[in-house]
Amino acid sequence: MQARQSAIIFAWLLIAPALLYITAIVAYPLVDTFILSFTDASLRKTTNWVGWVNYEKIFNDTFATVIVRTFIWTFFSVSIKMIIGTFGAAMLNTAVPGRTLFRVLTMPPWIVPMAIGIFMWGWMYNGQFGMISGVLQRTGVVDGPVAFLAYGSTAFWATIFTDVWIGVPMVTLYMLAAMQAIPQDLYEAAWTDGAGRFYRFRRITLPLILPAMITMSMISLISTFNSFDIIWILTRGGPSGETTTMIIDTYHTAIGSKKYGEGAARAVLICIFLSIFCVAYFRVTSRLSQEHAR
Amino acid sequence: MSYDKTALINRYRWYELVGIYAGIAVFLTFVLAPFVEGFLVSLKPLSQLFSSPYRFFPENGSFDAYITMWDSVPGFARYIFNSFFISTIATLVVLLLVVPASYAFARFEFRGRGQLLGAFLAVNMFSGAVLLIPLFRLMRSMGVLNTYFAMIVPGVAFLVPTAIWLLRTYMMRIPRELEEAAYVDGASYFYTFRRVVLPLAMPGIAVVAITTFIGAYAQQFIFALTFNSKTEYMPLPIGLFAYFGRQEVIWNELMAASFVGIAPAMIVIFFLQRYLVSGLTAGAVK
Repeated sequence: MQARQSAIIFAWLLIAPALLYITAIVAYPLVDTFILSFTDASLRKTTNWVGWVNYEKIFNDTFATVIVRTFIWTFFSVSIKMIIGTFGAAMLNTAVPGRTLFRVLTMPPWIVPMAIGIFMWGWMYNGQFGMISGVLQRTGVVDGPVAFLAYGSTAFWATIFTDVWIGVPMVTLYMLAAMQAIPQDLYEAAWTDGAGRFYRFRRITLPLILPAMITMSMISLISTFNSFDIIWILTRGGPSGETTTMIIDTYHTAIGSKKYGEGAARAVLICIFLSIFCVAYFRVTSRLSQEHAR
Repeated sequence: MSYDKTALINRYRWYELVGIYAGIAVFLTFVLAPFVEGFLVSLKPLSQLFSSPYRFFPENGSFDAYITMWDSVPGFARYIFNSFFISTIATLVVLLLVVPASYAFARFEFRGRGQLLGAFLAVNMFSGAVLLIPLFRLMRSMGVLNTYFAMIVPGVAFLVPTAIWLLRTYMMRIPRELEEAAYVDGASYFYTFRRVVLPLAMPGIAVVAITTFIGAYAQQFIFALTFNSKTEYMPLPIGLFAYFGRQEVIWNELMAASFVGIAPAMIVIFFLQRYLVSGLTAGAVK
């Protein structure tokens, strides 16, 4: 198209509303968070500049434990999501009758209001009467009721498991799309040469979906790191802080205790981690696309 | 010829079929178990719910909870209305912002286009939680806490990136020739956008509207939790959460309420699944 001055002006006019909106609701608050993190802002009228005090407090505090916990939580959640999602995609990629229906049935956890899915898990984890505890007792795996959300270690895994459940549909459909983008003639050639089904999966499907797997892991990493609703509804970070991730701790500090300054410092730290993930993501995807071009 | 081969490759032996269906069954059990269990719970009378040992199927199941819940969750109808209202307004605002912007990203060449698009997409990287503190202070100073406005405005920002990406992908597929013909006939940029591009983009806009609405309906939590404390403005998830947070949860009614609440989303999935799958995965894999 003509790269005329008027065309460029028109393009900017088209983008202006969205750009102004995002600047006001995302960019400005980001900058403000950064500034607030160096103050003692709270409900009091006056706000003082305190320098690095909030950051020093963070590391004297239990926050170091929270950071480590967040990474462990995120690592397991993303890994399990990728494994289950890729398995599901491989199953749904087969040419069996009913596959269209099966694909639709994968979507509910993603589409339904997140909080409502989490309520259902809240009931399933119930110790006295919940389904998981009940089934485990019936099958003789455990002797008495297990109140999953009442103990740190089980609550930690219970929240991961629910996060996996919510994340799996997206991973599955994404990996399925990647599998369907593989040219059919590769399979035909291998088949002609007498390659079996598992051999074809291992040697054609897996290597060719690897870039998509890496991309999806990075997307999933970012959203899992930000996960709030699941932990907040199931445990609010308890029992005794065992499921408190960085996001939950930030919320408790800023909104719960109204320590805006200290909360902002935590939020800045989260942003730094997210930026690192993002840079890694762009590095990886651009390298992948270069290798593809070769 | 190649069709025949495909058919041959995809012919399964019986044990392969058994294996595949078993795999699908395990996978779908994981995905759907909470819904099945939730539905069965909504049918069980409370006395049976709170009894050991655990029984999966309800005895004398009934739909009573679906009637009694309207009394025990007083604001229920209002919550559903709020959820719909918030999602609808959010979707309209998103479309107003996104339709022109995606056209610019799809068609016009200007300096910084790639970086700007990247910046929009990067919004998805932050969850609302990171921005809560300044937004909270801003809304408090503007005096708009505890209004619909406070829940809609921040929510929209996080729906914009995906919508821009989807609609841009769709608009890039519209043939350029039609617009060029309009320009040759002396039409202005705006006229061409309104009279040539918009009608052609309507199917894409519809898909984006649906996915945005579902996103808005599904993700009403953190902003509504933080920026609103008035019962009459609460969307469904927060309204039920307040109820859920009480000491003695009436589980069968909570589950009944949840199912009524997710019914709209389920209906949408059923009728529009074809567009949804393509819409949700479009642009994901080239």
